[in-house]
Amino acid sequence: MKRERIRKFESSMALAISTFSAFLGLFWLVFILGDVLVHGVAALNLTLFTNDPAPVGVAGGGLRNAFVGQLIITLFATLIGVPVGVLGGTFLAEYARGRAIAKFISILSDIMVSVPSIVIGTFIYAILVKPFGHFSGWAGSVALSIIMIPVVLRTTEDMLSLVPWELREAAFALGAPYYKVIIQVVYRGAATGILTGILLSIARVAGETAPLLFTSFNNSYFSLDMNHPMSSLTATIFQYAMGPYAIWHTQAWAASLVITVFILALTILGRLVIKWRYK
Amino acid sequence: MAVTVKKNPGDIIFSSLTAIAACTVIFFIIGILFVLIKESSLAREKFGILQFLTTTTWNPVKGTFGALTTIYGTFVTTLLSLVMAIPVALGIAIFVTEIAPNFLKGPIGIAIELLAAIPSIIYGMWGLFTLSPLMRNYIEPFLQQATAGIPFLNLLFHGTPMGIDILTASIILSIMIIPFTASIARDSFNLTPAIVKESAYALGATKWEVVKDVVIPYSKLGVFGGILFSLGRAIGETMAVAFVLGNNHKMFTSLFDTAATITVTLANEFTEADKDIYLSSLFYLALVLFMMSFIFLAIAKFFLLKAERRQSR
Repeated sequence: MKRERIRKFESSMALAISTFSAFLGLFWLVFILGDVLVHGVAALNLTLFTNDPAPVGVAGGGLRNAFVGQLIITLFATLIGVPVGVLGGTFLAEYARGRAIAKFISILSDIMVSVPSIVIGTFIYAILVKPFGHFSGWAGSVALSIIMIPVVLRTTEDMLSLVPWELREAAFALGAPYYKVIIQVVYRGAATGILTGILLSIARVAGETAPLLFTSFNNSYFSLDMNHPMSSLTATIFQYAMGPYAIWHTQAWAASLVITVFILALTILGRLVIKWRYK
Repeated sequence: MAVTVKKNPGDIIFSSLTAIAACTVIFFIIGILFVLIKESSLAREKFGILQFLTTTTWNPVKGTFGALTTIYGTFVTTLLSLVMAIPVALGIAIFVTEIAPNFLKGPIGIAIELLAAIPSIIYGMWGLFTLSPLMRNYIEPFLQQATAGIPFLNLLFHGTPMGIDILTASIILSIMIIPFTASIARDSFNLTPAIVKESAYALGATKWEVVKDVVIPYSKLGVFGGILFSLGRAIGETMAVAFVLGNNHKMFTSLFDTAATITVTLANEFTEADKDIYLSSLFYLALVLFMMSFIFLAIAKFFLLKAERRQSR
């Protein structure tokens, strides 16, 4: 009888501890997001989006260069990363389905997703910055696209594998060649899933800082030229938060709020679409 | 299930296009390895392998570079953060799979995923402006007082609490890796067949005994893989620790010391390297980091695949 009570007590203690840890996880989320929200909202204003940085001490400076730079770098990273990722995923799920090479590339991609992003920054520095003698927006985009490709590739592979094989057989029976079956039937069946994967991969790279530090670097001036150093929100946050001025810190909080809201919105949207489509 | 259709010219073009796209991943990994080896050749010739890995001097002015301080910093922060993160992550996984009522499972799962989606630079900034002052003013003085009389332990908490130190960095890192470990552990726990758990319950086991003696032994390969995966991620994390570590190359003994990790050194010094040997040494560090994380991630993946295979058998 006594032994039973000890076991029950032990059990409820252990369960209480794991419940506590779940709420500890929630606590950190609320703490961090709440902190970004409080500081960020206080610092947010319209001039932040419409003005370029002013010298410290001069009022009315903004971060227009960083917002625009971030958009351009992410946009070109997406334009490079998505086609390569989707096509690569197609190879794994269709032409190489079930072969060893598909499994091998799939495993490598899973590893590649978690390879330190700063290493990718050094790699791009060596091949796209050093030979040209200057930092450039292109180098930043390529660095981000290298992080993006394995993410898109893996989700595409998974999503295409979910399309029932019979659907392809039905199309083959009509005499369609495989590439037409893929483009007109399989892609259509998996479109929502692939799109979600793309959204999540954009969310993944938009917050990257480390690979931009020595590729697109930073630029205090407004620039649309991808051949020159380009400002990005994340690199600006790093520079401003480490800097000595209070106004820089305020602006860094505002930039953090914008980028966090953007990324979390994309992530939630992606999750909702998956839930709605594949429930 | 592979198809052998008559090769249509469109198919030949499309299939080679997709094959090339898929092979970019292999190309990147080989490319990174090749470029890092090539760029670090100057430092490798000058310092060798063993000497580089075991030298504690990092002196850009004199041009002597050794990696031991940064490797030491990397491993200490990573291990500390794992020690703090694993119990919480397992607790979360147990809560989500075994305890939570259905209406809580979804929201907590999403919350954990959001925690994983927050960019690391936000963690870093939050650490610098919010956590670091809290550590300096409350937590670190408390730890110092609490351990004042205890031999050994008081050495760990020795020095002036500044808030910019290994302890703060490790805490931030641990918050960052909790979601990775938790979601892999949750997936592994979910693989335990319901019938095995039900048998244990039928024998009169309590919930905790089912978790401890059935679920965890059943999913240990997956959980172990998940922990290794988090380790691989944690050693490559840059921005979350860059703000609060101080980038100080020394063999620290107290958790209140500033330190340097490989990633932090790269982030702070790469654009400042003015001499070829300096830059080459930084590439050498990047090579060491790449190999370390790749090996950990590959072993982790091996365990996760093994767990998956055992499940499908």
